[in-house]
Amino acid sequence: MIRKLLFILLLPAAFLSMTAHCAVDAYTFDDPAKEAQFNQLIKELRCPKCQNQDIADSDAELAKDLREKVYEMTQAGKSRQEIIRYMKARYGDFIHYQPPVRMDTIILWLAPVMVLVGGLIFIFVRASRDPAVALSEEEKKRLRRLLDEKEPRP
Amino acid sequence: MKKWWLLVPLALFLALASFLLRGLFSDPRTLDSVLVGKPVPAFTMVDLFEPAKHYDAALLADGKPVLLNVWATWCPTCYAEHQYLNSLAREGVRIVGLNYKDERDKAMAWLSKLGNPYAVTLFDPDGMLGLDLGVYGAPETFLIDGQGIIRYRHVGDVNERVWNETLKPLYNGLKP
Repeated sequence: MIRKLLFILLLPAAFLSMTAHCAVDAYTFDDPAKEAQFNQLIKELRCPKCQNQDIADSDAELAKDLREKVYEMTQAGKSRQEIIRYMKARYGDFIHYQPPVRMDTIILWLAPVMVLVGGLIFIFVRASRDPAVALSEEEKKRLRRLLDEKEPRP
Repeated sequence: MKKWWLLVPLALFLALASFLLRGLFSDPRTLDSVLVGKPVPAFTMVDLFEPAKHYDAALLADGKPVLLNVWATWCPTCYAEHQYLNSLAREGVRIVGLNYKDERDKAMAWLSKLGNPYAVTLFDPDGMLGLDLGVYGAPETFLIDGQGIIRYRHVGDVNERVWNETLKPLYNGLKP
Protein backbone atom coordinates (compact mmCIF):
# COMPACT_ATOMS: atom_id res chain seq x y z
CA MET A 1 0.00 0.00 0.00
CA ILE A 2 2.68 2.42 1.14
CA ARG A 3 4.77 1.36 -1.80
CA LYS A 4 1.98 2.05 -4.21
CA LEU A 5 1.44 5.47 -2.72
CA LEU A 6 5.14 6.29 -2.96
CA PHE A 7 5.18 5.17 -6.57
CA ILE A 8 2.26 7.41 -7.44
CA LEU A 9 3.81 10.34 -5.60
CA LEU A 10 7.17 9.92 -7.28
CA LEU A 11 5.84 9.41 -10.79
CA PRO A 12 5.76 13.16 -11.61
CA ALA A 13 9.35 13.44 -10.46
CA ALA A 14 10.39 10.95 -13.10
CA PHE A 15 8.73 13.05 -15.80
CA LEU A 16 10.29 16.20 -14.42
CA SER A 17 13.75 14.77 -14.69
CA MET A 18 12.99 13.85 -18.28
CA THR A 19 11.98 17.36 -19.25
CA ALA A 20 14.63 19.10 -17.20
CA HIS A 21 17.42 18.10 -19.53
CA CYS A 22 18.55 20.97 -21.69
CA ALA A 23 19.78 21.23 -25.22
CA VAL A 24 22.64 23.32 -23.90
CA ASP A 25 26.09 22.90 -25.30
CA ALA A 26 28.99 23.14 -22.92
CA TYR A 27 29.76 26.79 -22.26
CA THR A 28 32.63 27.64 -19.98
CA PHE A 29 32.70 30.76 -17.85
CA ASP A 30 35.44 32.57 -16.04
CA ASP A 31 33.10 33.69 -13.29
CA PRO A 32 30.26 31.89 -11.46
CA ALA A 33 28.15 35.07 -11.41
CA LYS A 34 28.25 35.20 -15.21
CA GLU A 35 27.37 31.54 -15.41
CA ALA A 36 24.36 32.09 -13.16
CA GLN A 37 23.24 35.05 -15.27
CA PHE A 38 23.59 33.03 -18.47
CA ASN A 39 21.64 30.09 -17.08
CA GLN A 40 18.87 32.35 -15.85
CA LEU A 41 18.61 34.32 -19.10
CA ILE A 42 18.35 31.33 -21.41
CA LYS A 43 15.40 30.12 -19.35
CA GLU A 44 13.74 33.53 -19.55
CA LEU A 45 14.16 34.15 -23.26
CA ARG A 46 11.62 32.55 -25.54
CA CYS A 47 12.53 30.98 -28.84
CA PRO A 48 10.77 32.93 -31.62
CA LYS A 49 10.87 29.89 -33.87
CA CYS A 50 9.26 27.28 -31.63
CA GLN A 51 7.32 29.83 -29.63
CA ASN A 52 6.57 27.71 -26.59
CA GLN A 53 10.05 26.85 -25.45
CA ASP A 54 12.75 28.87 -23.83
CA ILE A 55 16.04 29.04 -25.70
CA ALA A 56 17.64 26.71 -23.16
CA ASP A 57 15.27 23.93 -24.15
CA SER A 58 14.99 24.50 -27.85
CA ASP A 59 16.99 22.68 -30.47
CA ALA A 60 16.14 25.16 -33.23
CA GLU A 61 19.10 26.63 -35.09
CA LEU A 62 17.91 30.09 -34.10
CA ALA A 63 17.85 29.15 -30.42
CA LYS A 64 21.48 28.01 -30.72
CA ASP A 65 22.40 31.37 -32.24
CA LEU A 66 20.59 33.22 -29.49
CA ARG A 67 22.29 31.13 -26.79
CA GLU A 68 25.61 31.88 -28.45
CA LYS A 69 24.78 35.59 -28.42
CA VAL A 70 23.75 35.55 -24.76
CA TYR A 71 26.98 33.73 -23.96
CA GLU A 72 29.12 36.23 -25.85
CA MET A 73 27.40 39.21 -24.28
CA THR A 74 27.57 37.71 -20.80
CA GLN A 75 31.26 36.93 -21.19
CA ALA A 76 31.82 40.50 -22.38
CA GLY A 77 30.41 41.69 -19.07
CA LYS A 78 27.03 42.88 -20.31
CA SER A 79 24.34 43.11 -17.66
CA ARG A 80 21.10 41.16 -17.60
CA GLN A 81 19.09 44.23 -18.59
CA GLU A 82 21.42 45.07 -21.47
CA ILE A 83 21.02 41.60 -22.94
CA ILE A 84 17.23 41.64 -22.58
CA ARG A 85 17.13 45.07 -24.22
CA TYR A 86 19.30 43.82 -27.08
CA MET A 87 16.97 40.88 -27.71
CA LYS A 88 13.81 42.99 -27.45
CA ALA A 89 15.19 45.50 -29.94
CA ARG A 90 15.37 42.68 -32.47
CA TYR A 91 12.52 40.33 -31.62
CA GLY A 92 10.14 42.53 -29.67
CA ASP A 93 8.55 41.89 -26.28
CA PHE A 94 7.65 38.43 -27.51
CA ILE A 95 11.10 37.13 -26.74
CA HIS A 96 10.95 37.75 -23.00
CA TYR A 97 8.71 35.62 -20.84
CA GLN A 98 7.98 38.54 -18.54
CA PRO A 99 5.73 40.94 -20.41
CA PRO A 100 6.26 44.61 -19.56
CA VAL A 101 3.56 46.50 -17.69
CA ARG A 102 1.94 48.69 -20.33
CA MET A 103 -1.57 49.79 -21.19
CA ASP A 104 -2.08 46.87 -23.59
CA THR A 105 -0.64 44.25 -21.26
CA ILE A 106 -2.05 45.54 -17.99
CA ILE A 107 -4.84 42.94 -18.11
CA LEU A 108 -2.25 40.16 -17.86
CA TRP A 109 -1.05 41.58 -14.59
CA LEU A 110 -4.37 42.59 -13.12
CA ALA A 111 -6.54 39.63 -14.13
CA PRO A 112 -5.42 37.26 -11.34
CA VAL A 113 -5.84 39.99 -8.75
CA MET A 114 -9.26 40.89 -10.13
CA VAL A 115 -10.41 37.27 -10.02
CA LEU A 116 -9.22 36.97 -6.43
CA VAL A 117 -10.84 40.22 -5.34
CA GLY A 118 -14.04 39.38 -7.22
CA GLY A 119 -14.19 36.00 -5.52
CA LEU A 120 -13.63 37.53 -2.10
CA ILE A 121 -16.35 40.13 -2.70
CA PHE A 122 -18.72 37.38 -3.79
CA ILE A 123 -18.03 35.32 -0.68
CA PHE A 124 -18.28 38.36 1.53
CA VAL A 125 -21.61 39.46 0.06
CA ARG A 126 -22.96 35.92 0.34
CA ALA A 127 -21.86 35.61 3.94
CA SER A 128 -23.28 38.97 5.04
CA ARG A 129 -26.78 38.25 3.75
CA ASP A 130 -29.49 38.15 6.42
CA PRO A 131 -29.53 34.80 8.12
CA ALA A 132 -32.61 32.70 7.63
CA VAL A 133 -35.78 34.01 9.33
CA ALA A 134 -36.29 32.57 12.79
CA LEU A 135 -39.05 30.01 13.24
CA SER A 136 -42.24 30.98 14.96
CA GLU A 137 -43.29 29.18 18.17
CA GLU A 138 -45.84 27.22 16.18
CA GLU A 139 -43.23 26.02 13.72
CA LYS A 140 -40.77 25.10 16.44
CA LYS A 141 -43.35 22.88 18.06
CA ARG A 142 -44.13 21.23 14.76
CA LEU A 143 -40.46 20.65 14.06
CA ARG A 144 -39.92 19.06 17.45
CA ARG A 145 -42.90 16.79 16.87
CA LEU A 146 -41.50 15.70 13.57
CA LEU A 147 -38.07 15.05 15.00
CA ASP A 148 -39.43 13.13 17.97
CA GLU A 149 -41.58 10.91 15.85
CA LYS A 150 -40.47 7.32 15.96
CA GLU A 151 -39.95 5.61 12.73
CA PRO A 152 -43.05 3.67 11.86
CA ARG A 153 -42.66 -0.02 12.42
CA PRO A 154 -42.92 -2.19 9.37
CA MET B 1 -36.62 43.91 -7.88
CA LYS B 2 -34.71 44.29 -11.14
CA LYS B 3 -32.53 41.32 -12.00
CA TRP B 4 -30.53 43.06 -14.71
CA TRP B 5 -27.28 42.44 -12.93
CA LEU B 6 -27.73 38.73 -13.52
CA LEU B 7 -26.77 39.50 -17.12
CA VAL B 8 -23.35 40.85 -16.09
CA PRO B 9 -21.61 37.44 -16.12
CA LEU B 10 -23.11 36.75 -19.53
CA ALA B 11 -21.87 40.08 -20.87
CA LEU B 12 -18.40 39.42 -19.44
CA PHE B 13 -18.37 35.95 -20.96
CA LEU B 14 -19.38 37.27 -24.38
CA ALA B 15 -16.70 39.96 -24.27
CA LEU B 16 -14.04 37.39 -23.34
CA ALA B 17 -15.31 34.88 -25.90
CA SER B 18 -15.17 37.38 -28.74
CA PHE B 19 -11.67 38.40 -27.71
CA LEU B 20 -10.49 34.79 -27.61
CA LEU B 21 -12.25 33.94 -30.85
CA ARG B 22 -10.22 36.65 -32.58
CA GLY B 23 -7.07 35.08 -31.22
CA LEU B 24 -8.16 31.72 -32.60
CA PHE B 25 -7.97 33.03 -36.15
CA SER B 26 -4.79 35.02 -35.84
CA ASP B 27 -1.61 33.34 -36.96
CA PRO B 28 0.72 32.88 -34.00
CA ARG B 29 3.65 32.39 -36.37
CA THR B 30 3.70 35.96 -37.61
CA LEU B 31 5.39 38.08 -35.01
CA ASP B 32 5.23 41.82 -35.32
CA SER B 33 8.51 43.24 -36.44
CA VAL B 34 9.95 45.78 -34.04
CA LEU B 35 12.11 47.13 -36.83
CA VAL B 36 9.34 48.63 -38.97
CA GLY B 37 9.99 52.36 -39.15
CA LYS B 38 13.62 51.90 -38.10
CA PRO B 39 16.71 51.96 -40.29
CA VAL B 40 18.38 48.73 -41.37
CA PRO B 41 20.92 47.83 -38.66
CA ALA B 42 24.53 48.60 -39.55
CA PHE B 43 26.37 45.71 -41.12
CA THR B 44 29.35 44.65 -43.17
CA MET B 45 28.61 41.66 -45.34
CA VAL B 46 30.41 39.83 -48.11
CA ASP B 47 29.03 39.07 -51.53
CA LEU B 48 27.93 35.49 -52.12
CA PHE B 49 29.81 35.24 -55.42
CA GLU B 50 32.83 37.38 -54.56
CA PRO B 51 34.08 36.79 -51.00
CA ALA B 52 36.43 39.78 -51.30
CA LYS B 53 33.58 42.21 -51.99
CA HIS B 54 32.04 43.93 -48.98
CA TYR B 55 28.79 45.79 -48.58
CA ASP B 56 27.35 47.89 -45.81
CA ALA B 57 23.90 49.34 -45.10
CA ALA B 58 24.36 51.96 -47.84
CA LEU B 59 23.55 49.17 -50.31
CA LEU B 60 19.95 49.32 -49.06
CA ALA B 61 19.65 53.11 -49.17
CA ASP B 62 20.27 54.29 -52.70
CA GLY B 63 17.16 56.42 -53.14
CA LYS B 64 14.91 53.67 -54.55
CA PRO B 65 12.77 51.17 -52.63
CA VAL B 66 14.21 47.66 -52.45
CA LEU B 67 13.10 44.23 -51.24
CA LEU B 68 15.45 42.38 -48.94
CA ASN B 69 14.66 38.68 -49.28
CA VAL B 70 16.01 36.25 -46.67
CA TRP B 71 16.46 32.79 -48.16
CA ALA B 72 18.36 29.51 -47.91
CA THR B 73 18.72 26.30 -49.87
CA TRP B 74 17.44 24.27 -46.91
CA CYS B 75 14.12 26.10 -47.06
CA PRO B 76 11.37 24.49 -49.18
CA THR B 77 9.18 27.59 -49.14
CA CYS B 78 12.06 29.60 -50.61
CA TYR B 79 12.07 27.16 -53.51
CA ALA B 80 8.35 27.71 -53.93
CA GLU B 81 8.64 31.50 -54.06
CA HIS B 82 11.77 31.66 -56.19
CA GLN B 83 10.11 31.73 -59.61
CA TYR B 84 7.83 34.52 -58.49
CA LEU B 85 10.85 36.53 -57.37
CA ASN B 86 12.36 35.95 -60.82
CA SER B 87 9.29 37.40 -62.48
CA LEU B 88 9.31 40.40 -60.10
CA ALA B 89 12.94 41.03 -60.97
CA ARG B 90 12.05 40.90 -64.67
CA GLU B 91 9.42 43.57 -64.03
CA GLY B 92 12.19 45.77 -62.65
CA VAL B 93 11.68 45.32 -58.91
CA ARG B 94 15.04 45.60 -57.16
CA ILE B 95 15.63 42.67 -54.83
CA VAL B 96 18.64 42.13 -52.60
CA GLY B 97 19.08 38.57 -51.34
CA LEU B 98 20.31 37.58 -47.91
CA ASN B 99 21.54 34.01 -48.00
CA TYR B 100 20.91 32.97 -44.42
CA LYS B 101 22.76 30.21 -42.52
CA ASP B 102 23.63 28.38 -45.69
CA GLU B 103 26.62 27.05 -47.60
CA ARG B 104 28.24 29.12 -50.31
CA ASP B 105 28.53 26.33 -52.90
CA LYS B 106 24.97 25.17 -52.45
CA ALA B 107 23.65 28.73 -52.65
CA MET B 108 25.59 29.50 -55.82
CA ALA B 109 24.45 26.27 -57.46
CA TRP B 110 20.84 27.04 -56.52
CA LEU B 111 20.97 30.46 -58.16
CA SER B 112 22.64 29.19 -61.33
CA LYS B 113 20.03 26.45 -61.62
CA LEU B 114 16.87 28.37 -60.72
CA GLY B 115 17.80 31.80 -62.00
CA ASN B 116 19.03 34.79 -59.99
CA PRO B 117 16.47 37.49 -59.17
CA TYR B 118 18.86 39.34 -56.86
CA ALA B 119 20.72 42.52 -57.74
CA VAL B 120 23.16 41.55 -54.96
CA THR B 121 23.23 38.51 -52.69
CA LEU B 122 24.70 38.98 -49.23
CA PHE B 123 26.24 35.90 -47.61
CA ASP B 124 25.35 35.41 -43.93
CA PRO B 125 26.50 31.88 -42.99
CA ASP B 126 26.25 32.35 -39.23
CA GLY B 127 22.99 34.26 -39.37
CA MET B 128 24.26 37.31 -37.50
CA LEU B 129 22.73 39.91 -39.82
CA GLY B 130 19.60 37.77 -39.67
CA LEU B 131 19.71 38.07 -35.90
CA ASP B 132 20.04 41.84 -36.09
CA LEU B 133 17.01 41.92 -38.37
CA GLY B 134 14.98 39.77 -36.00
CA VAL B 135 14.75 36.97 -38.56
CA TYR B 136 13.44 33.71 -37.13
CA GLY B 137 13.06 31.64 -40.26
CA ALA B 138 13.09 31.73 -44.01
CA PRO B 139 11.77 33.11 -46.23
CA GLU B 140 11.23 36.60 -44.92
CA THR B 141 11.03 39.73 -47.01
CA PHE B 142 11.63 43.29 -45.90
CA LEU B 143 10.48 46.30 -47.87
CA ILE B 144 13.04 49.08 -47.44
CA ASP B 145 12.59 52.63 -48.69
CA GLY B 146 15.21 54.71 -50.49
CA GLN B 147 16.57 56.07 -47.20
CA GLY B 148 17.25 52.63 -45.75
CA ILE B 149 14.22 52.64 -43.43
CA ILE B 150 12.38 49.32 -43.06
CA ARG B 151 8.76 49.91 -44.05
CA TYR B 152 7.27 46.45 -43.98
CA ARG B 153 8.16 42.88 -43.20
CA HIS B 154 6.53 39.85 -44.69
CA VAL B 155 7.01 36.43 -43.09
CA GLY B 156 6.54 33.52 -45.46
CA ASP B 157 6.62 33.28 -49.22
CA VAL B 158 6.04 36.19 -51.57
CA ASN B 159 3.47 35.10 -54.14
CA GLU B 160 1.18 36.89 -56.53
CA ARG B 161 -1.50 37.47 -53.91
CA VAL B 162 0.90 38.80 -51.28
CA TRP B 163 2.59 41.04 -53.83
CA ASN B 164 -0.57 42.48 -55.36
CA GLU B 165 -2.50 42.92 -52.13
CA THR B 166 0.20 44.01 -49.73
CA LEU B 167 3.68 44.67 -51.03
CA LYS B 168 2.99 46.28 -54.39
CA PRO B 169 0.88 49.20 -53.11
CA LEU B 170 3.51 49.94 -50.47
CA TYR B 171 6.35 49.56 -52.97
CA ASN B 172 4.70 51.88 -55.48
CA GLY B 173 3.99 54.38 -52.72
CA LEU B 174 7.70 54.58 -51.94
CA LYS B 175 8.82 55.24 -55.49
CA PRO B 176 10.37 58.71 -55.88
